[in-house]
This record gives sequence, structure tokens and C-alpha cells, in this order.
Amino acid sequence: MIEAKNISKFFGETQILEDISIRFEKGKNNLIIGQSGAGKTVLLKCLVGLLEVDAGHVDFDGRNFSSMGFKDRRAIRKELGMLFQGGALFDYYNVEENVMFPLNMFTHQHIEEKQQRVNEVLKRVNLENANKLFPGELSGGMTKRVAIARAIANNPKYLFCDEPNSGLDPKTANLIDDLIVEITEEYNMTTIVNTHDINSVLIMGDNISFINRGKLSWQGNKDTILIDDNDELNAFVFATELTKRLKK
Amino acid sequence: MNLIKHIGSYLLLMRAVISRPDRWRIFFQRLKTELYTIGVDSFGIVALVSLFSGAVVAIQVAYNIDNPLLPKTLIGFSTRQMIVLEFAPTMVSLILAGKVGSSIASEIGTMRISGQIDALEIMGINPANFLIFPKLVAAVFINPALIIFGMYIGIIGGYLIASFTNLLTPDEFISGVQLDFESFTVFYSLIKTAVFAIIIVTIAGFQGYIVSGGSIQVGKASTKTVVYSSVLIILFNLLLTQLLLT
Repeated sequence: MIEAKNISKFFGETQILEDISIRFEKGKNNLIIGQSGAGKTVLLKCLVGLLEVDAGHVDFDGRNFSSMGFKDRRAIRKELGMLFQGGALFDYYNVEENVMFPLNMFTHQHIEEKQQRVNEVLKRVNLENANKLFPGELSGGMTKRVAIARAIANNPKYLFCDEPNSGLDPKTANLIDDLIVEITEEYNMTTIVNTHDINSVLIMGDNISFINRGKLSWQGNKDTILIDDNDELNAFVFATELTKRLKK
Repeated sequence: MNLIKHIGSYLLLMRAVISRPDRWRIFFQRLKTELYTIGVDSFGIVALVSLFSGAVVAIQVAYNIDNPLLPKTLIGFSTRQMIVLEFAPTMVSLILAGKVGSSIASEIGTMRISGQIDALEIMGINPANFLIFPKLVAAVFINPALIIFGMYIGIIGGYLIASFTNLLTPDEFISGVQLDFESFTVFYSLIKTAVFAIIIVTIAGFQGYIVSGGSIQVGKASTKTVVYSSVLIILFNLLLTQLLLT
């Protein structure tokens, strides 16, 4: 379980996050939603320590991550995987080397064991024959799947996903969402997904936190999101023509 | 104020760069790749520049020494001295600042804007050490080798002038090259080259590492790398010459 406790973040004089407290449950897909510029990515970066919080703290299973030094954080970071918006695969490594990278850095496994694990996770994301391809040769969906494979290769306890299906067609986006749901259950991970895609919300939203103008505006799940009377939430959820028509 | 802030950031980055690698095996793998990228890939351009520089130096010295009382061997001697002391270490390092420096800045800058550096950081890896340290070690070892190679090729350039013109005979050139040789001059050049290699890689690494924005900023980082490292090479050239040769 990950807990954000009273987090605030400023960029210069501008307050980006204001007193945000959220509990992200283990074994569930915890979604952070909100429109562009609401502060979702900043919150995610604060959670993983890419940005330092100005007030409050982040706890990973009771361990205060925000007050830790580099070495202590390193121990926690070995337990987390992250799927970046663009995949962030290493350009100079092929698919196999990218997925093997965390194993090379953090385990003392024999090459054959590592190879076996790489093949396992690549099979898990339905990319069995792509081992020798380089990131430049992959489609958007394949890149995301390789990034997922890399994120789960070292059996992480926590998985962070930043806009996992941005730039993908609806069918591929659904596949990625389904995959995240399945591996969260399979690995019993605490998964945090940052998205503004309503379709993803309805597929994955076990716990949903709606961020509006840097504040936590609403919390619920995929069953309650469509029937709540929070005006700001409704303006976000029913913003597209399709959702407007469905609501009618 | 901005300059002080940048120097501070540079020093902090260098502290992160010069630390024990997370995995020595991975470090040596990356070192091997960098030795190839920085060194082996640069032999061609170093050979070309050195050959023509040596030839031009020999012609210019011959042009300026027209007194019949001065022996022709002086052309070979002066060519060697100029190549060993100045042309090979400084000129080749300036060329490498353009070729290697801009390449490092764009590589690291692109990794920064595409989230690859963030990915390393989230995995608990020290990205500065992982990315820049192997390049630094590779450059400090391979650049002196490139410069020694450049010295040989430069002298061959002068020898070719002696062979294909009537300015002097090849024997006179070779006698001049062998005249009054002090091995310290080569040592001095290697010290300069190692310092220049540190300047090239650390400035490039820093400029790439602090990129924010998009491809235009990556381009600007490459340009800044070439400008700043060239200026620093020229300044340190004076400083080291003053320290080591006087």
C-alpha cells in the first residue's frame, strides 16, 4: 500500500498540488484522473520521488519515502516498476536487453535464468518474437508492451503507469488496459495509473482519485463515477460528445 | 549569478558522476562500447586532420627558413615540435569537442527529454554515473592514444612533403625529426589531452543532462557544448603550458 499524506508542491510561487492525501490499495488499480494541467503527472512524480514534495510525505507500506536518502530510496525503488507515457525504452538496447536491464542491475541470476524470465514476461505481454528488435522498430502498442514487460521483469511490489494508452488506437488501448488489470491481480501489486481516458477509467478504476486544479476533488470507483453529482467531475467525465450522448 | 549556479550544478553533477558504479560488469560493457564510439570511430577524422596539418606545418616552416646558414633539418625538427607540442593535442581535441562532445550532449539530452534518464532514476540507478562515467573513463584513456596516433600521422604528412617536393630531402626531414628529442614533450601533450578529454566529456554530459523541453533544446545543448568546451580547451591550454613548460 502507498499513502500520500498532505502533499503540497510549488513551482516557484505557483502551487501545483494542495494538501493531497490519498491511499493507494494493494492488489488494486488505483487511478489518478483529471484534465491536462490538473497536477496528475506532478503528483505521480512526487510519489516516485522524481520531484520532492514541499509539504507532506509519501509512505510505501509504512516506510516514509520522502524523508529517505538516496541509498534508502534505492531499496524501495528496486521494488517498483514504472511505465512511462512514451515508453522510455533505452535506445541503445534491443527489446530483450531492455527487459533484462533491471535483472542485470539488481539480481545475481545466471544469464540463462535471466533469459528465461525475459521470455516469460515478453510472452506475458504477447511479444514472443520481438526479442532482437530495437525501440525504433516498434509500434506504439509494442513499445508500451515492452515497457510493461521491463516494469514487471523484476517482480515489483508497486507499478506506476503514466498515461499508459496515450497515442494508441482504442483497440490497442483496451489491450494495454486489460494487461495492466491482469498483471496487477496476478502479481498482487499496488498499481497507480495516471490517466484522463474515460474508457480506461471504466475498465480499470478500482479506486479513483479525481484531481482538479491541484486539489483532490473526488474519490470513488468505476461504479460510482458515472452517477455522482460532483459538478467538476461530471464536467470532466461527460466532456466528450460520446459520453454526453450516452448520458442523455 | 547564473554562472555561479551553473558551476554549482556542474560540480554537483560531477560528484554524482565520479562514484562507484552500481555494477562493474555493466560498467565495463558500457566502457567497451564508449571506447569504440569515442575512440575507434574518431581515428579517421584524426588521421585526416593530422596528415594535412603536418604537411602544412612542414611547408610553412620551409617557407620561413630561407637562410642558407640554417640547416634543412630544422624543418623536420620544427615540424615535430609543433605537432607534438601543439597541433596534435590542442587541434585534435578541438575537433573531438565538435565530434564527440556534440554527440554526447545530444545523446544524453535526448535520453533526458524522452524520459530514459527518469526511468534509470526510478529504478534506483544513479543516471549520471551510469551514463557519463564510462564516457569519461573511455575518453581519458582513448584520447591520448588518438593524439599519439595523430602525432605519427602529422609527421608522416611532413615526410610526404619532403618526399614529393624539393623543399628538403626525406633524409633531412627524418634527421630533423630525430634531432634533440625530449620525451617530456610527449608527456606534456598527453597530460593536456587527458585534461581536454575531461573538459569535453563533462561539459557535454552536463549540457545534455540539464536539457529540458524538446529537440530544439537538445540542439542548443550540442552547440553550447562545442562552444564552451572549445573555450575551456583554449584557456586550459594556456594554463597547462604555463605550468608545465616554464
